[in-house]
Amino acid sequence: MIEVIDTERCTACDICVNVCPTNVFDKTDGIPRIARQGDCQTCFLCELYCPEDALFVSPFADVPQGIDVAAVKEAALLGSYRRAVGWVDESRHLRAADRSYRLFGH
Amino acid sequence: MTNPSSRAEKLSSSVGSVVFDADVLVLGGGPAGTWAAISAAEHGARVVLADKGFCGTSGATAAAGTGVWYVDPLPERREAAMAGREKLGGHLQDRRWMARVLDRTYAQSNQLADWGYPYPVDEDGKPQRNSLQGPEYMRLMRKRTKQAGVTILDHSPALELLVDGSGVVAGATGLRRQKGDRWTVNAKAVVIATGGCAFLSKTLGSNVLTGDGYLLAAEAGAEFTSMEFSNAYAISPAFGSVTKTLFYSWASFTDEQGSVIPGASSKGGRSVIARALRKGAVYAQLDEADAETQRHMRVSQPNFFLPFDRTGIDPFTQRFPITLRLEGTVRGTGGLRILDDSCATTVPGLYAAGDAATRELICGGFTGGGSHNAAWAMSSGYWAGQGAAEFAFQLGATFGRQVFRRGAVGLRSRNGRPLQGGALAQSVQGEVFPYELNYFREAGRLGESLSRLDALWSDASVADAPDEQELLRAREAAAMLATARWMYRSALARQESRGMHRRDDYPEQDDRYRHYVTTGGLDEVWTSARPLPSLHYAEAAE
Ligand SMILES: Cc1cc2nc3c(=O)[nH]c(=O)nc-3n(C[C@H](O)[C@H](O)[C@H](O)COP(=O)(O)OP(=O)(O)OC[C@H]3O[C@@H](n4cnc5c(N)ncnc54)[C@H](O)[C@@H]3O)c2cc1C
Ligand code: SF4
Ligand code: SF4
Repeated sequence: MIEVIDTERCTACDICVNVCPTNVFDKTDGIPRIARQGDCQTCFLCELYCPEDALFVSPFADVPQGIDVAAVKEAALLGSYRRAVGWVDESRHLRAADRSYRLFGH
Repeated sequence: MTNPSSRAEKLSSSVGSVVFDADVLVLGGGPAGTWAAISAAEHGARVVLADKGFCGTSGATAAAGTGVWYVDPLPERREAAMAGREKLGGHLQDRRWMARVLDRTYAQSNQLADWGYPYPVDEDGKPQRNSLQGPEYMRLMRKRTKQAGVTILDHSPALELLVDGSGVVAGATGLRRQKGDRWTVNAKAVVIATGGCAFLSKTLGSNVLTGDGYLLAAEAGAEFTSMEFSNAYAISPAFGSVTKTLFYSWASFTDEQGSVIPGASSKGGRSVIARALRKGAVYAQLDEADAETQRHMRVSQPNFFLPFDRTGIDPFTQRFPITLRLEGTVRGTGGLRILDDSCATTVPGLYAAGDAATRELICGGFTGGGSHNAAWAMSSGYWAGQGAAEFAFQLGATFGRQVFRRGAVGLRSRNGRPLQGGALAQSVQGEVFPYELNYFREAGRLGESLSRLDALWSDASVADAPDEQELLRAREAAAMLATARWMYRSALARQESRGMHRRDDYPEQDDRYRHYVTTGGLDEVWTSARPLPSLHYAEAAE
């Protein structure tokens, strides 16, 4: 479930409000609010679209974990999914790195 | 290319609602919906696409990514691709449709390459096009849909269909949930591409998939088929949502004590896992993957590793608890019955594509691990968009036509008690999640479950519309309920085991049931048997 909006990094661009398929966030005058955490489907897509790597989705789908921003930053987890799919400049080559054709038919 | 005059027209925008006029309305913006919208626009239609979430991130593909049934057009490869699936699907497929889908998928995938999808190139320099990264693919599809001149309405779940005096579909209405108002699209044809129904099980990307399109199509009189093939369950870490199952082919499965569970496997032994889960915890470890395979896995499915990297588990060297999450018709094969090559449903002006439509024609009674759903979504999307555009042109001017709302459950004032979507959804889950009801089916248990589901329907159908904020939840729950009833009625009618449908009381496949089961109805759910198209032709030729 979505756990964290890092208030230091967030620029209040509201992209996450727009792209979340299950409408978890609400706009405010400043940074968005996680208004309906229980509706989060743990799809990780808001992380991919956040240009500031300000969001963290915990992999626990059923129970909120109460995660601490500092710990998440410490573990370099903010933005890690975006880097893994190649949606940042330094890892762009990963967009075409799919090796599924070597794995199908095992 | 965008031709401004060919855009759908915004008619009015008063407080409380916005009205559009279009030739074709597409409901759902996953692969099927975006391909349908682009195809309809390419065939000259003015198109509106409405998605419950955000077109580009919403739906099963965007979050999960898919293998694709992309097969080089060499006769022996195509033959092997078709033949290889027939037994698994219980010999319910149709060869003509399989060949059509292979051709169309090949064309659409190559189109994606031309549009710049970053397909990988193998060691011999050959492009490989049998896998799509979900976020990448759907981001591109959103862009191409916009470029085709389609008007996209995000966060705009459809609530009900509009029909004219003679029952021809004439558009739909829904909510704009971030604006707190309503939309109406008057259209000459509608494509249902709202995906399948995964019953809010949190299987990856699928909580937007509650069978809404089924419900609104059924209210307009549409029929369904193969709804008994609706008990797909996918493996995920017990705590997580990532139901990507391919890599479990490299796993061993163990019980609490660490003993290997005999017969348990991702393919061909998943029912063993379900049985073991009824007794206690089950663990997996991908211990058969060598170092090179592990590297390929990392770059091929980055989402697979999120639950592990974020909890400090090494899935290759450590055991982790797993569960099976219900995917219902998302990786089942049941859905709206289609009548012809244009993916028309049994309701005039209504077309179906992707998981919302049946996949029986290419998958029979089984899917999963075969990439057919993705192939079907692009192919049926293309055909349904074209079919809807052609229907719209044949219909001609509809100015001044009277239209009626077809929605019922959860939308009207009835007995003074508002429909409680949250509670109803939970009750339905209680009937469809348990393995002993849905995975392992049996007449007595199915019958008892159906009587509870029928009672829930009797209550729901006389309830009041809830508050605006609760309306979507209520309609979603009602759609799940209707879906469960078509599933279990169809499951009762098929007194054998075939494809993914497994009956404890009829464990064998039985030739007398080599037909399709059609179903439909809301207050009264009915089923009937329908011959396979191939057998149909054979008889006609006799
Ligand atoms: C984890 C997972 C892995 C998978 N892997 C594979 C694979 O490897 N190969 C394969 O072939 N298939 C696979 N599938 C299946 C595949 O993802 C689906 O077949 C495919 O997404 C179907 O496309 P679709 O457009 O019909 O539906 P979806 O992609 O699910 O899109 C449906 C859309 O409809 C919208 N919608 C729903 N209700 C409404 C409403 N009331 N109003 C407006 N819009 C609405 C949703 O928001 C969503 O955007 C997988 C599925 C899952 C869950
Ligand atoms: S997308 Fe990221 S930066 Fe933008 S509002 Fe959301 S959290 Fe803040
Ligand atoms: S993980 Fe998915 S559902 Fe949850 S907040 Fe992010 S985008 Fe929304």
